[in-house]
Amino acid sequence: MKSFRYYILLLPALLLSMSVVLIPGLLTAYISFTDWNGVSPQINWIGLGNFRAIFADNVFWKALGNNIRWTILFVTVPVFIGMLSAVLLLGRRINATLYQLIYLFPYVLAPITNALLWLNIIFNPLTGVIGFLRKIGLNVPAPLGNINTALYAVAAVDIWHYWGFLTVVYLASLRQTPMDQVEAAQAEGANGWQVFRYVYFPSILPTVLLMYVMIIIFSFLTFDYVYLLTGGGPAHATEMLSTYAYTLGFSTFQVGRASAVGLVMSMFGLIAAAFYTWLSRREITE
Amino acid sequence: MSHNVSDHAKRKIGNAFPHLILIILAAIALAPLLLVLINSVKEHADIVRNPLALPTTIDLANYADAWHYGKFSRGFINSIMLSGMTILIVLFCSSLAGYVLAGKKVRIWPLVLIYFLVAMTIPIQLFLFPLYFIFARLHLLGNLIAMSFVLAAINLPLAVLLMRTFFLQVPKELEEAAQIDGATTRQILWNIMLPVVSPGLITVAVIVGLASWNEFLLTSTFLQGEKNFTATLGFLSLNGTYNVDQGLMMAAAVIMIAPIIIFFISIQRYFIDGLVGGSVKG
Repeated sequence: MKSFRYYILLLPALLLSMSVVLIPGLLTAYISFTDWNGVSPQINWIGLGNFRAIFADNVFWKALGNNIRWTILFVTVPVFIGMLSAVLLLGRRINATLYQLIYLFPYVLAPITNALLWLNIIFNPLTGVIGFLRKIGLNVPAPLGNINTALYAVAAVDIWHYWGFLTVVYLASLRQTPMDQVEAAQAEGANGWQVFRYVYFPSILPTVLLMYVMIIIFSFLTFDYVYLLTGGGPAHATEMLSTYAYTLGFSTFQVGRASAVGLVMSMFGLIAAAFYTWLSRREITE
Repeated sequence: MSHNVSDHAKRKIGNAFPHLILIILAAIALAPLLLVLINSVKEHADIVRNPLALPTTIDLANYADAWHYGKFSRGFINSIMLSGMTILIVLFCSSLAGYVLAGKKVRIWPLVLIYFLVAMTIPIQLFLFPLYFIFARLHLLGNLIAMSFVLAAINLPLAVLLMRTFFLQVPKELEEAAQIDGATTRQILWNIMLPVVSPGLITVAVIVGLASWNEFLLTSTFLQGEKNFTATLGFLSLNGTYNVDQGLMMAAAVIMIAPIIIFFISIQRYFIDGLVGGSVKG
């Protein structure tokens, strides 16, 4: 029974993950079919009642729409900035590391730190840069207080903190492109764009796809910056599925309904996870 | 103007423009942080007058006040304990699991691998509510040790995948030779494999340490009671009460930013290795 010993080595990781993630996850699935409020010993099975309720709730659809808008912003803006900066850094022999480090500064800081510094010194209409611009006579609206701009203002802070991560990942992937292919293309007279399009791009495509999957997954789960900057407001203008579930669970104690939202969110994640597993299939079969 | 000179000039402009873009991007990343720094030594009235102006006098009292009101002495100790325990739990679990998965030591290894791949993309809201009410029932809200197990569990999938990759890079002959010499599994792991993958252990420790230091959703929900606040929660608690003293808020922000930036610069190689290892396919 040699393999028995190896099962024991797997045990700590599996036990930890199961007791924190899997078993509470299954409980969430159960609770989503009940009217539990989190404290009462009374738990009634109400079938699909919670799902019917959230699908009939305008806030749910508003949140889903915001998650989709968030996804569109994130698969374009940071991907473009990250790719542009990575390609430009690829051509630099000196200081490439220094630029990478600076670009990662916002990424390594806590969401609480980043959100509070933007709230206080930039967005604040009295003490921030916005307030100062108003004082010198510019008519700038408060970005977070306006239902038309709030989502973009929150996304701006999150993108500001995130794009450096993509720079580093794309650059590492670009650098793995075989140099002899690059040199061969250049010898045949390919210009910069053609070298990128026909040599670098096919080489980094798996990484680019993986990053797209990750961005889409995390766009549907996004929570920290939204909750810290606006709490989902004003008037649900920045409500996401995650903040909607959190508010249902902890402000109005509709835990059954919150669990149903959690389950719906996981479904989106699961679709993306299936795609992610498919992308990693070479790793699993190797 | 000769042909040569204009060619040279063109090439110079061709190089300068990309460099300008890189500099502008660096300025975008740094500007908000520099804004915090210059305002952290100013008085509130000066900040209201013009947050973009450089300080005329340097007043460090903001820092003393921020440290006091943010209860950062307690906060930093709690943060260090929480991150430290989380790192130890993750290293223990992920190195054992990574070793088994890399060596395909058990028949169900693809299943376990897929489980962790899926677990990596699961929303916290899938397990948050039952876990919270179980913690409340067991009086574990505010318990740093219990919290570290939760943070370890959410960081575990990435750590297992990274450790597996690091173990895959160890030549098979190393383990086989030890087996022929009659070494036990425990000796192989502890004396042979772990020293070889130690850079990988540091990478995982750095990634997990920063993630748990920065975590917001779970710590702000579970760590109730001011004496259990981490440094980030202490900073969060200043917001709303001390906004009337922006100098203090900005000093508190510097207290949050400076240690992380210094730490990041000193371990950059491991951190970037971890980011790349979990993200680059090919």
